Amino acid sequence: MARKLLLTHIDVPGIQTFDVYRQNGGYRSVEKALKTMSPDDVVEEVKKSGLRGRGGAGFPTGMKWSFLAKPEGVPRYLVCNGDESEPGTFKDRFLMTHIPHALLEGMIVSSYALGAHTSYIYVRGEMMPQIRILERAIQEAKAAGFLGKNILGSGYDLEIYVQPGAGAYICGEETALLESLEGKRGNPRIKPPFPAIAGLYGCPTVVNNVESIAATVPIINDGGEEYAKIGIERSTGTKLISASGNLVKPGVYEIELGLPVEEFIYSDEYCGGIANGKKMKAVVAGGSSVPILPANLILKTANGNNRLMTYESLADGGFQTGSSMGSGGFIVFDEDQCIVRNTWNFSRFYHHESCGQCSPCREGTGWMEKVLHKIENGHGDLSDIELLWDIQRRIEGNTICPLGDAAAWPVAAAIRHFRDEFEWHIKHPADALIRNYGLAHYADPLVPVVS
Amino acid sequence: MLSVKNNEVVEFSSTLLNQFADIVGRFPEGRQKSALLPILHLVQAEFGWLSPDAMNKVAYYLSIEPIEVFEVATFYTMYLLQPQGKYVLEVCRTGPCCLVGAEGIMAHLEHKLGVKEGEVTPDGLFSWRGVECLAACGYGPVLQIGPAYTFYENLTADSVDQLIDDLSSKTI
Repeated sequence: MARKLLLTHIDVPGIQTFDVYRQNGGYRSVEKALKTMSPDDVVEEVKKSGLRGRGGAGFPTGMKWSFLAKPEGVPRYLVCNGDESEPGTFKDRFLMTHIPHALLEGMIVSSYALGAHTSYIYVRGEMMPQIRILERAIQEAKAAGFLGKNILGSGYDLEIYVQPGAGAYICGEETALLESLEGKRGNPRIKPPFPAIAGLYGCPTVVNNVESIAATVPIINDGGEEYAKIGIERSTGTKLISASGNLVKPGVYEIELGLPVEEFIYSDEYCGGIANGKKMKAVVAGGSSVPILPANLILKTANGNNRLMTYESLADGGFQTGSSMGSGGFIVFDEDQCIVRNTWNFSRFYHHESCGQCSPCREGTGWMEKVLHKIENGHGDLSDIELLWDIQRRIEGNTICPLGDAAAWPVAAAIRHFRDEFEWHIKHPADALIRNYGLAHYADPLVPVVS
Repeated sequence: MLSVKNNEVVEFSSTLLNQFADIVGRFPEGRQKSALLPILHLVQAEFGWLSPDAMNKVAYYLSIEPIEVFEVATFYTMYLLQPQGKYVLEVCRTGPCCLVGAEGIMAHLEHKLGVKEGEVTPDGLFSWRGVECLAACGYGPVLQIGPAYTFYENLTADSVDQLIDDLSSKTI
């Protein structure tokens, strides 16, 4: 049985409540940090742990914290990014639902380390039940003296508030999130300045993912060096993976980084293999934005080694034969799934979610969606494949925020690995439509469903 | 595009105003605009949608310009700018849910309710729409119903029928 750090007590009845969480060792890290460690000590432990941001970018958390500006007389903020909406990713929702106090405990420790006295948890608006769970947890923690004035007699004051989003994927980007938290449209800011210098209300701010913040709890409890012993190379610790698609047991799993991908997919401890006895066709390993890999490449790296669930191994070979750990959104496709239809679906998502600030993203995502839709519905031309390639190339790297890249990569990877499927759609339009009979009219009401 | 057919006049109750004040208190002085998104959620939950008058009054309450409210309300997909059915069924239509049958659920919903996406049933009870990722991919297909945003997971045609029948009977 693999070691768990975040989900250790997930099966304990009532672990959502403060009392049960506390009885099971909860809030020890707050006591330890506030009573025996300086804020800099906490930052140092997080650096030693090698923890990398669990939201997708994988930037070292301790290093991010050390960039925080500390001018006198200016408030500093910690903002927790709970705006989870990358298709395939639902780990933070799981964590907030089942162990909300783990996030709060991490928020207190992290806020203390950063010198923040007001912290916000920005949760996507659709997660109203999770928002209510967190608000209740905050009240419980405050009643027990772990929030508010002079926490545990340490002289440290902290208030935590939950802020709902309102349905915009772009608000997962940290500067768009800050704009939204300031009551504006979620348009990403040009960087620099980075939030560590000028974030919320122009003040120094750290934005961390839900899972990253929760991970500081075992780091402080056991020490950064112990945490770093788990995992492989620069992929230390454990990671929550959200598994979805055509699996026997989709769900959220905590893995030790370094687990072979094959074991994650096929072992009974995790996903239990492909549903309905079918063969695996492809995997998106880190949420919809990361490149899709066909079955053979997700299991083996470019050198023929077993591919591991680590930042390095999943990216092995770069975009030619690798992918990315991303946010840990692991989507599995069985042999019957249509890659063209899925690529169109993802393209529609990115078009819908583009904030519209940058022309390449605003125009390009819509253009890609239209071309993919045309191919999917039997009106494609072979030149459309080259057109798609050209559009995605013109979006990537040419936008203020990474949404442009996120929209371009799935299209590029689908063409790279499944070009024959695009060509089949174009050469056999009637067959392609029949395959999707009953679904096509959702693609576009103007295109008649074949009868 | 903001297109409004209704000139409904709204009044905020004292309960609602107290909730507004609580939210404004979470932010530093002078940063009351940060309360805009949660306040719009509360207004929508109370009135079912965001009418122009409601948005104007929110602007007045927060001491910001009405355009600042309109530009936010039109940016975020959760805000409803037209009157809807009493129950708005929002089905996730994004990749992972589609891998396990979301499109079939949308087709079934359309057939069961007898209205197309975005339309309201003649009795005013239901409207439905496809929405982008609801972050519950492992439990798909999923749908949610506001204003509490209750989740229904692992949907089948039968469970959708049951859900609609339950909601219908609750209203009778």
